[in-house]
Amino acid sequence: MPNTASAPEAVTDRELRAFLYGLPGVDEVGAAARAKDLSTRSVKTTAKARAIDLAISMVDLTTLEGADTPGKVRALCAKAARPDPEDRTVPSAGAVCVYPDRVGIAVEALRGTGIGVASVATAFPSGRAPLEAKLADTRAAVADGASEIDMVIDRGAFLSGDYLKVYEEITTVKEACGDAHLKVILETGELATLDNVRRASHLAIRAGADFIKTSTGKVSPAATPPVVLVMLEAVRDHHRDTGRRVGVKPAGGIRDTKGAIRNLVLVNETAGPDWLTPDLFRIGASSLLNDLLMQRTRLATGTYPGPDHYTQD
Amino acid sequence: MAEILEYAPAPESRSVVTLRENYDLFVDGGFVPAESGESLTSLNPADESALATVAVAGPTDVDRAVSAARQAQENVWGPMSGAERGKYLFRIARILQERSRELAVLETMDNGKPIKETRDVDLPLAAAHFFYHAGWADKLHHAGLGTDPRPLGVAAQVIPWNFPLLMLAWKIAPALATGNTVVLKPAETTPLTALVFAEICQEADLPAGVVNIVTGAGGTGRTLVEHPGVDKVAFTGSTAVGRGIARAVAGTRKRLTLELGGKGANIVYDDAALDQAVEGIVTGIFFNQGHVCCAGSRLLVQESVAEELLSRLKERVSRIRVGDPLDKNTDLGAINSADQLSRIREVTDSGEAEGVERWSPACDLPTAGYWFAPTLLTGVSQSHRVAREEIFGPVLSVLTFRTPEEAVAKANNTPYGLSAGVWTEKGSRMLWTAERLRAGVVWSNTFNKLDPASPFGGYKESGYGREGGRHGLEAYLG
Repeated sequence: MPNTASAPEAVTDRELRAFLYGLPGVDEVGAAARAKDLSTRSVKTTAKARAIDLAISMVDLTTLEGADTPGKVRALCAKAARPDPEDRTVPSAGAVCVYPDRVGIAVEALRGTGIGVASVATAFPSGRAPLEAKLADTRAAVADGASEIDMVIDRGAFLSGDYLKVYEEITTVKEACGDAHLKVILETGELATLDNVRRASHLAIRAGADFIKTSTGKVSPAATPPVVLVMLEAVRDHHRDTGRRVGVKPAGGIRDTKGAIRNLVLVNETAGPDWLTPDLFRIGASSLLNDLLMQRTRLATGTYPGPDHYTQD
Repeated sequence: MAEILEYAPAPESRSVVTLRENYDLFVDGGFVPAESGESLTSLNPADESALATVAVAGPTDVDRAVSAARQAQENVWGPMSGAERGKYLFRIARILQERSRELAVLETMDNGKPIKETRDVDLPLAAAHFFYHAGWADKLHHAGLGTDPRPLGVAAQVIPWNFPLLMLAWKIAPALATGNTVVLKPAETTPLTALVFAEICQEADLPAGVVNIVTGAGGTGRTLVEHPGVDKVAFTGSTAVGRGIARAVAGTRKRLTLELGGKGANIVYDDAALDQAVEGIVTGIFFNQGHVCCAGSRLLVQESVAEELLSRLKERVSRIRVGDPLDKNTDLGAINSADQLSRIREVTDSGEAEGVERWSPACDLPTAGYWFAPTLLTGVSQSHRVAREEIFGPVLSVLTFRTPEEAVAKANNTPYGLSAGVWTEKGSRMLWTAERLRAGVVWSNTFNKLDPASPFGGYKESGYGREGGRHGLEAYLG
């Protein structure tokens, strides 16, 4: 897992602002051009086979619907543990990601598999709730056995320039996490500029995030390649400056193998191959896994099994 | 240790290219053998294998080509309406698009540049130049060059090896759109796409003699530009050869445009978007192996961010993939010729001898073919050869500056003036700097962006005349 942050230092609003505005700017056109350039990498044959298995092991298999039933959660857990029941060489998924009140069911279902349960918390997806409610949300998930917490930042506070509020909320939630790892969702679709994505990334990292995550999946656009690129640059730079490695999790919008592999290429050529591990890179997705499985079978057998051979949920 | 995500080889197939063993000259609508009987062999610089032999045009051959062009200009192409000429240009543009994969692979084989560049830059831009100028053909009286601008006649065009087909398009498209006919000589190391272009002229039913392609080396080029039957000379290449051409046409009626060398400055201020500046620096000097006249071959970085920028740059340069140009994942291909490779080595070694620090990432270069690792030279000062001479290879000279005034002074302190780049997030500083740079193209927060609608050309010893845009038409109209 990512190197755990030492206790974050106390900062003032002025100091935090100076830090964030001292970061180099991001040129939107240039970032988009680099992301597009990397999207033309051709990953075929043996490289593709390895990339697919790597991507499967990085999937945070997610269900975040109001209608989630215990049965659906159990089915998802079974799928995470053994994504393709007919093929035992398929690696298991990275984690299962559910709402806090479904954590207990997931923990039970995954017992003995070694797969962790991630839970969204802090009034996901809007983040619009009193701090006490957010903390209670977090503590409940941790108490039920969640090993990873996916919190949302207060985008309203961030966009209005109240960086200290965002920072303190993250440090407080981090405390409430105890031993559970903290993923901080920036909801980049609401941050408007890549400059903001870079600032929010560094703000979250500095406040103690173990992972920074693009999106809730409830807002579009979600994990666009330029956004992922800028976040990977942030963790790369933080590692260079401090030696601590923070993970990145794009979520939302990555639906097929091609999209997943493009993300792996972004990781490989931005943060570097050290990040090509489920400990430091995850993909939040629900429909992606089936496409990865289908492409895996096609690569191995030469035939494309079709969607009906894979469970929908 | 193998990388976790080692990209498997992804070579583009050569099967789309059908090469003949020998190519004749393209004169008056057909392929004809050279009277001289001489030939030269074009090599694949990535492995030194022979691709095809091409005829070498001698004085008689050049004379035939010029006469054919004259006949076609006076009897067919000149009198033709602009709208009709435009139709031919549109047709050529479409065929270039249709055969783009074949041409991209062939260009990569003949030149050594990576397939991703021929596929994504050379071919789309070449077609774009024909589309753009096709649109001008029937609107020349709106170009601000008088109510009835007239073609000059026969254009002699000599092009370099760095962007063979694209330079052909830069030359032929405006000449044809304006009612001129052409005799074009491609570079001796990269003649093959021009010969396929000749086939495309046939496919498009272009009237005989409108486009003539005479292959050969420097001697053929000299014969062509000195031929008394040409009205216009257009040359892209080295400043030394350009000087010779200027002397040769001095005192004649011939009009001349020259697109020569450069030593472009890429200025990075301390408030630049550093990651994108790094990308721009990489594009500026490593695009096309640095075989680019407008390359950003001098990096001028503000000293307060020099260390940080260089560390980011080195990390990025370490990720450049050097190797088989036909592999879709290759970023940096082969050096075009043995001659060019020895020139790059000679100048770069001279820098080391003068005390400049040389750095290249660890990379395995193929054993056959002509290869040079991406190279950064630091501790360079204005007086070093590597800061003054055009290297025309993947070698970046890094200099620092303290104030904006110093950046501008250093950028302009070169006999060349083709291109420059400015990297800053501050609009006023960008405009202040761009205004003071003596360069034909100034890019801000980007580099090596080319477009047919944008005029391109140099100051000082980088040449004169403009190509592209409305300004480019002027070079072909009287």
